[in-house]
Amino acid sequence: MELYSAHILVCTCEKCAERKSLQVYQEIQRQLKEKGLEQRVAVMKTEAAASCDSGPVVLIYPEGTAYVQVKPADVTQMLEEHVMGGRVVERLLHKAHPDESAVTSLDEMQFFKHQKRIALRNCGIINPESIDEYLGADGYTALTRILTEQTPPQEIIDCIKGSGLRGRGGAGFSTGMKWQFAADAPSEDGVKYVCCNADEGDPGAFMDRSVLEGDPHTILEAMTIAGYAIGASQGYIYIRAEYPVAVKRLQHAIEQARDYGLIGENILGSGFTFQLELRLGAGAFVCGEETALLVSIEGKRGEPRSRPPFPAVKGLNQRPTLLNNVETYANITWILNHGAQAFATIGTERSKGTKVFALGGKIVNTGLVEIPMGTTLRTIVEDIGGGVPNGKKFKAAQTGGPSGGCIPASLIDTPIDYDNLVEIGSMMGSGGLIVMDEDNCMVDIAKFFLDFVVDESCGKCTPCRIGTKRLYDLLDKITRGEGEMEDLDTIEELCYHLKSSALCALGQSAPNPVLSTLTHFRDEYEAHILEKHCPAGICKSLVNFWIVEEKCKGCGLCAKNCPVEAISGKLREPYSIDTQVCIKCGLCESQCRFNAVVRA
Amino acid sequence: MKTREELQEIREAAKKQLDPHPKAGAKIRVVVGMATCGIAAGARPVLDTLMREVARHHLDDVVVTQTGCVGVCRLEPIVEVYAPGQEKVTYVKMTAKRAARVVAEHLINKNVVARYTIGAAD
Repeated sequence: MELYSAHILVCTCEKCAERKSLQVYQEIQRQLKEKGLEQRVAVMKTEAAASCDSGPVVLIYPEGTAYVQVKPADVTQMLEEHVMGGRVVERLLHKAHPDESAVTSLDEMQFFKHQKRIALRNCGIINPESIDEYLGADGYTALTRILTEQTPPQEIIDCIKGSGLRGRGGAGFSTGMKWQFAADAPSEDGVKYVCCNADEGDPGAFMDRSVLEGDPHTILEAMTIAGYAIGASQGYIYIRAEYPVAVKRLQHAIEQARDYGLIGENILGSGFTFQLELRLGAGAFVCGEETALLVSIEGKRGEPRSRPPFPAVKGLNQRPTLLNNVETYANITWILNHGAQAFATIGTERSKGTKVFALGGKIVNTGLVEIPMGTTLRTIVEDIGGGVPNGKKFKAAQTGGPSGGCIPASLIDTPIDYDNLVEIGSMMGSGGLIVMDEDNCMVDIAKFFLDFVVDESCGKCTPCRIGTKRLYDLLDKITRGEGEMEDLDTIEELCYHLKSSALCALGQSAPNPVLSTLTHFRDEYEAHILEKHCPAGICKSLVNFWIVEEKCKGCGLCAKNCPVEAISGKLREPYSIDTQVCIKCGLCESQCRFNAVVRA
Repeated sequence: MKTREELQEIREAAKKQLDPHPKAGAKIRVVVGMATCGIAAGARPVLDTLMREVARHHLDDVVVTQTGCVGVCRLEPIVEVYAPGQEKVTYVKMTAKRAARVVAEHLINKNVVARYTIGAAD
């Protein structure tokens, strides 16, 4: 009897045979003969009866190693490494079948573990174009109950007050107080209004859009209840025309609610009337400011006015007007259905409930999350967001868009709520959260937001119209490498004046991105000014590209792709870049396969 | 105009339909994320294919419908299947071709197409 040192079993069941296991068998036979191993290694056909879904399967004994998806081309490696070399070929190993251990549904994901969904409770669950499904998700129960029982309006306002809900548009004013002011404000002819601010303009923010697209009826119900609570019978939703899907779904929802008698005259026979209309904005950022929004609804040019009088006293058409943000309204029915206490137990001492954030930038899980107030930035970025991609380091997170600031990595354990964010120089804002890694230049970020504000400033007041432009010019000067240390003092002074004298929140908060980066990343500003160097390699004027001779293989790919022919050299010899001609587009860097092009 | 009683009836019926763990005999709900993020990623052809394939195979026990953004915009288009007696299955990064396969494999043959599910993503 022959003594074999190894047995190779090739599965030839139907499934494996279909995937050419016979060819694998023949190839093994051929190579064993070629290598003179036929006396020492036996090969035979078998039916492995397992893992054949990822066949052809090959088993090698005495180890009992199972290889899957073996192709004839893999045979050489398998024989040389495993049979002759005694090393397992990792890449052919059978991995646990995905069916057995894989997560197949969303709820089990890390992404949802730290979340608490109140404003987004129906998003991704019900059909936003079906009022029936909203009813099925306990929709319109709060409204029905209030109108049936004729709940005194003050009781509703007290409930909202007791919940501790604060305005989700960013400033964080107590919603209950706002309702109280609007309810108490006298109106000569009895006309009051309820308005919804759906003019979401922060770059990188899309929370309101998602609520409107996923659950429009909750906004309608909350506004109707608000109308009942403050004594208004007309409502407007001011939404930007750039949100066509949200506009369509809102329109559809209003028609359905009217059909069912949940909006309109004499709702559910209670004698209470509430009409609701949409007003489309043309996309001006300043129209998200409450006074500008209200004059825009009136059909006038969207410019803010000074407060007081606050809209709750004199708003739309000079009548008392209640204006809340989409996300604020999205919390209302939940609070009325679950009680103020249930809401007040979530969150921190002064910030109750949850907050929706739109995660964007350098983060793995871009998307929408809703977390209880007081969750740390670390939980949001690392656990829910999945961290920074490509192994880069977390540098800062920007909240609040052009009105907010940057939170540096050193403050990543700050619990997120209204007051903490203000304390560290940022603000809650509407909820955009942009994550930045080491490749982001903080001066450039500040300049980006200033550029946005300069564009969007309405021009009514001088501090904002001229101040933001001057601020932008100074930042631009620094990124061009022409800055001086005195410029930093000028910037700080300008920021101070802008904050204290601009007419509306747009101008008052415009310095935030600059001030917060200046506080937390002053060294970067100084590097730009003193060393004429951009640490992140973003500011074009301060960056030069060159080729590392030792790494360059002379393939010529960079020269081929250079749009201005700044790169020259001979094939198979190191190339070089003419910095005089180079426009610093970075194309060579991205094309080079040997990482020979560097910037600094 | 509906009366309170009529609203309550609609509510009860919809509740059964929305049950995340449908009872035996209930219809299979196939839900496509159709918010702006989903549509931008190509949810429209996915929804169309699902509806067409379900109609073509006369799957009377399947309802194809739409929903808003569930939050994982990175993995859109997302399709979720709620079937009686089964855990919810979340398919991600769907295409029309994948949708047709899910109809054939999952809805007809009752085999979850594991490699399109959220656990197999990335």
